[in-house]
Amino acid sequence: MLYRENGQFKSSYRADQQIFPILQDRIAIAALLAIAFVVLPLSAPEYLFRAILIPFLILSLAALGLNILVGYCGQISLGTGAFMAVGAYAAYNFQVRIEGMPLILSLLLGGACATAVGVLFGIPSLRIKGLYLAVATLAAQFFADWAFLRVPWFTHDSSSGSVSVPSLSLFGLSIDSPARKYLLCLCFVSVFALLAKNLVRSSIGREWMAMRDMDVAAAVIGIRPVYAKLTAFAVSSFIVGVAGALWGFVHLGAWEPAAFSIDRSFQLLFMVIIGGLGSIMGSFFGAAFIILLPLLLSQLPAWFGLPISTALASHLEFMIFGALIVFFLIVEPHGLARLWSTGKEKLRLWPFPH
Amino acid sequence: MGFFLETLFGGLMVGMLYSLIALGFVLIYKASGVFNFAQGAMVLFAALAMARFSTWFPQWLGFESKLLANLLAFGGAVIVMVAVAWLIERLCLSRLVNQDGITLLMATLGIAYFLDGLGQTLFGNDIYKIDVGMPKDPIFLFETVFQGGVLVNQEDLAAALIAAVLVALLALFFQKTGTGRALRAVADDHQAAQSIGIPLSRIWVIVWSVAGVVALVAGIIWGSKLGVQFSLSLVALKALPVVILGGLTSIPGAIIGGLIIGVGEKLSEIYLGPLMGGGIEIWFAYVLALLFLLVRPQGLFGEKIIDRV
Repeated sequence: MLYRENGQFKSSYRADQQIFPILQDRIAIAALLAIAFVVLPLSAPEYLFRAILIPFLILSLAALGLNILVGYCGQISLGTGAFMAVGAYAAYNFQVRIEGMPLILSLLLGGACATAVGVLFGIPSLRIKGLYLAVATLAAQFFADWAFLRVPWFTHDSSSGSVSVPSLSLFGLSIDSPARKYLLCLCFVSVFALLAKNLVRSSIGREWMAMRDMDVAAAVIGIRPVYAKLTAFAVSSFIVGVAGALWGFVHLGAWEPAAFSIDRSFQLLFMVIIGGLGSIMGSFFGAAFIILLPLLLSQLPAWFGLPISTALASHLEFMIFGALIVFFLIVEPHGLARLWSTGKEKLRLWPFPH
Repeated sequence: MGFFLETLFGGLMVGMLYSLIALGFVLIYKASGVFNFAQGAMVLFAALAMARFSTWFPQWLGFESKLLANLLAFGGAVIVMVAVAWLIERLCLSRLVNQDGITLLMATLGIAYFLDGLGQTLFGNDIYKIDVGMPKDPIFLFETVFQGGVLVNQEDLAAALIAAVLVALLALFFQKTGTGRALRAVADDHQAAQSIGIPLSRIWVIVWSVAGVVALVAGIIWGSKLGVQFSLSLVALKALPVVILGGLTSIPGAIIGGLIIGVGEKLSEIYLGPLMGGGIEIWFAYVLALLFLLVRPQGLFGEKIIDRV
């Protein structure tokens, strides 16, 4: 009744090609952005920013980057944590070694370094495919873990092996309160989501999808596999690198290589799969699911008033998390994004389905 | 020369242990096309069950004999692993037939989380000992050939021997028994196997059970070396390069891949490590596997990948 495109005629190519062709969608997204940019910073408590909103935004940015590689180009990567680490450490080095480096520039340069490393580790994808490639990308993960632990140059010779960033400031405005950090992340995420959405519906996005669906056939019709695969690795690791830099600078403040371990890679892959492969929206759903689930699970014993030791609680949390993942894959293997679109289809016909 | 041989031997022994874990991966991938990330969790789970049963059974039944305790514990752990295999097939894999490889991979990752949590909830999360009477003393070999001979850890030697026996048994099972033939048929072609009346779901339960028993043996050997604790499930990460190096579908590949990785790892740690600040073992294995894959993308012994449009 409310969600219906009757009478919305498109009279120009421009109108036909907009991202949200239905008026109701445009209103909904505008309302969402208004809430995110104006209402939340004014009203949300500090805990909400620190524990949920900022990690959610940064990890959905990383999941978005990974989704371009896995969901759109079909190259499985288990080394996402490594590309995040490269972004974070590169941004740190730019920030510390160059006097008066603007924050935004070092974040973006961190992303650029991650791009270079991503392309380097993407080269084997030209020969190796599928699960072999997935395991091969673990090389990036373990190499990065080792490099940032053992090579003192990367950590600016810090004695403890952990690095910490000095206070952040942007255009003379110091970014110290959680609300400001949140806004910084939100700006990055909005811009990158828009960029990614436009990339995947342009010619290069179609090349990626052709590569994913069948690479030999794509090569036969004139798509260059080298170009398509390596651009996917480049774009993906740039976004992941920026997300890593944000994770280190804004969310953690001080970090060790363990912050970008293989668990992070798996976590991001979970987000992409559960959110929905090949869907920008899905990356956000997946990130929300994976971040909220452990928080909810850790609250459960307290709600029921069960006296459980912390060790047992954490094991139970592991079990429930694993079981829910499997359950979810069985019930909806195409992810939350598919549920969302099914819901929208239903809503279009509601309340008269015939 | 003696030192080089010592390193080489050490590498071969460790490699044998890696191939033991890699075998579990290959068995399951061959028969069901699932890349089983939960193999490490299964190793941990089996080792925990073994370690705890061997202390619990004597208490419950009131006997002292260590041999009997170990035998009973082994039997109990085998039953547990078969039950786990049956549950995994029933509750999870049979409902995910025809999904993408990556969805199945993620499902096994979920199973891995579940098993890690379950194992530590049921059996506790301390460090436990498995004592199956493995010889601990090092011995010297080739003392007549070299000055001082070559120092070899007897425990490693026994472990390698057990691994070799297990591989031989598996080969016999696959080649000589009816079930083994059915398993090979399923591995070759699911549909064809099903159409001549081989029950797929039962075959999968058998494969997962065999992988569970392999995990148990690996868990006992690694557990008596390192102690049974959470980090045991991470050993599987070291077996991954072995699997892709040898080829996901080849049992001999798992053995030879294991030996190559084991030797490469040890030699690089000794001869390259000091140049690069040490600790390069973990990523060197992956880079080594990657280099091999660049030449042969399907692994050393994997089936050739043929693309058709």
